[in-house]
Amino acid sequence: MVNPASSPILQVHNVSHSFGGLSALARLDMSLGHGVIAGLIGPNGAGKTTLFNLVTGVYRPTRGSIRFLGREIVGKSPHRITAMGISRTFQNIRLFNAMTALENVIVGRHCRLKAGVWGAVTRNRRTLNEEAEADEKARAILSLVGLEQRESNLAGNLPYGEQRRLEIARALASDPKLLLLDEPTAGMNPQETKALMQFIRDIRNRLDLTVLLIEHDMRVVMGISDQVTVLDHGRKISEGAPEAVRKDPGVIEAYLGKRIGSGGAHPLREQAR
Amino acid sequence: MDIGRFHRLFKIGPRMSFRPAVPILIVCLALLPPVLGNYWSHVLAHVGIYVILGIGLNITVGFAGLLDLGYVAFFAIGAYSYGLMASPQFDLHAPFWLMLPVGAACAAAAGVLLGIPVLRMRGDYIAIVTLGFGQIVRILLNNLDGLTRGPKGLLRIDPPSIGAFQFSSPVHYYYLILAGCLAAALVADRLNHSRVGRAWVAMREDQDAAAMMGVDVIRYKLLAFAIGASFAGVGGVIFAARQGSIFPDDFSLMVSINVLCLIIIGGIGSIRGVVLGAVILIGIPEVLRGLAAYRMLVFGGLLVLMMVFRPMGLIPATRGKPLMRKRW
Repeated sequence: MVNPASSPILQVHNVSHSFGGLSALARLDMSLGHGVIAGLIGPNGAGKTTLFNLVTGVYRPTRGSIRFLGREIVGKSPHRITAMGISRTFQNIRLFNAMTALENVIVGRHCRLKAGVWGAVTRNRRTLNEEAEADEKARAILSLVGLEQRESNLAGNLPYGEQRRLEIARALASDPKLLLLDEPTAGMNPQETKALMQFIRDIRNRLDLTVLLIEHDMRVVMGISDQVTVLDHGRKISEGAPEAVRKDPGVIEAYLGKRIGSGGAHPLREQAR
Repeated sequence: MDIGRFHRLFKIGPRMSFRPAVPILIVCLALLPPVLGNYWSHVLAHVGIYVILGIGLNITVGFAGLLDLGYVAFFAIGAYSYGLMASPQFDLHAPFWLMLPVGAACAAAAGVLLGIPVLRMRGDYIAIVTLGFGQIVRILLNNLDGLTRGPKGLLRIDPPSIGAFQFSSPVHYYYLILAGCLAAALVADRLNHSRVGRAWVAMREDQDAAAMMGVDVIRYKLLAFAIGASFAGVGGVIFAARQGSIFPDDFSLMVSINVLCLIIIGGIGSIRGVVLGAVILIGIPEVLRGLAAYRMLVFGGLLVLMMVFRPMGLIPATRGKPLMRKRW
C-alpha cells in the first residue's frame, strides 16, 4: 500500500465554489498521494462533479488553490491541465459520436502530438511517423479495454457498456498521471462492475496512475479505495480509510438522515451495513 | 511495388486507403473541354469556383461545426484584393500568381477577425453574427467609393499569365479552376485526416469534452475560420481574374446561401459531397435553361425531393464502418 502522505500528487486547499449565490463547494481540503485509488462519495448535489470540473479547469474556483504535482492549476485552461497529466471521464457519456472508436482514442492523445496545419497538408515524414505511432498506441489502448474489434466502428453506434470503456480508453490516451472517473460503473450490472473495478486496479498498477473516482455503489467504493472522501452539501464531512468512513456517524446521518426518536433503528439503516 | 512503398509514394497515412476512382475522374475532367466547347467549359468553370468555395466553407461548417453565414465576405475580400492590386484603379499590376496567396492570406486574416468576437458563442448565435459580417463587407465595398469605386465596380482587371502566355478563353480558365479545385480538395482531405481535422470534428461533436481531452478550442476555432476563409480568398482572386470586372453585387447574401446549400445537398463534412452538390446546385439550373420560366420551379422541386429521400446529403460524410448495415 502506498502512503498517501509521502508524495501528494493533487492538493486541494481551501477551495470554495459557488454558482451565483448557490454554494457548491465550501472550504474543501483534500490531498491525494501518488498511486492511490481514492473514492469520492456523497449524496446527489454534494459537489462531487463540481470538484472534477474545478480540477480539470472547466470552472475556476471562487476561492482556494489546487496544486497538481506541486504546480498551481487554478486559472489554467482545460487543455493545458490535460497536457500536465490530468484526464477524466464523464458521468453521462460524452464521446465524439461521429468519429470511430480509434479516432476517439487518438483525439485523447491530441496533447501528446505535434502536427499542425503545415504537417497535415505536406504529410512530411515527421507527421507520418507521428500518425503511425499514435495509431499503434491507440490500438494498444483499445485492446487494453477489450475494444480492439471495434476500432473502425463509430463511437455513437457502440453499446452502452463499450461506450463506457471507450471513454476510459480515450482518457488513458493522454498518458495521464491522475485519472478522474465520474461514476464509471453507472448502469452496469454487478458482474460488469466487478470486472471494471479489477480493471481499474490493474491499470493503476500497470500505468502508474493515481485514480480519483466518484461512485454511488457503496460496496464498490469500499472495495476498491485506499482512501474515501465524503462530501455533503459542498462540505467534506469525513475522510480516511474505507472502514473508518463506513463507521463515521456523520456519514450515516448524511446518507440516511437523523435518528428518529431516541433508540429506534432507522428502517433503511440495516441496508447500509 | 509492394503496398507499403505505394502508400508512402502517395503519402497515404494510416486509416486511409487509395481510391482509384479519383485519378480516373481527374483524367476525364482534364480531357473534357475539347468535347464540351467554350460554353460548357465556362459553365463548368463557374461550378468549379463554387466547388472551391464549398470545400472551404465545409471546413468551417462541416468539420468544425461553426455555422458561418457570412462566407461571401471572404470571397469578396479575395476578389477585391486582386481587383485593387491588378487593375487601372490604382494602376497597379501585381502578378496573379503573387496575389493568389496574398488574397488567401487577406481572407484568412479577415477570418480570424470574424472568429474573435464569436469565440464565446455557439450554434445559431454564430450564424447571426457571421450573417451581419457578410453584409457589412458588402456595404463597405458599396460605399468606400474612393477605394472600390462603389457600385461602379472595378473594371479591366488583369488576366493571369504564365510567361508570355495569357489566359483568355474559357478553356484556359477551366484548367486553372480545375487545378484550384484539385488543390483545394487535396488540402481539405489531408486536413480532415490529420490531428487538426480530428480536433475540429471532436470540437463539433462536443466542445467541452474536446477541451478536456486536450484540444485548444480557441486556437482550433480561429484556425477553422481562417483556413475556411483562405479557400474563399483563392476563389475570389480567380473569380476576379476570370470576370475581368467585379461589383459589390457579385457578393450578395445569396452566394453564402448557395454555398451552404450545396454543402448540405452534397453531404455536410464530405468533400466528394461538396463537389457533387456544386455540380447539382450550380450546374443543373444551367442544364434546365431550356425549360425557361419553369427551371427554378423544377429545380426547387428536385431539392425538396432530395432532402426527403437523402436527408444526410447525396454522399454523407463517413468516418467508420457502421456496426450494422441499415436495412432500408
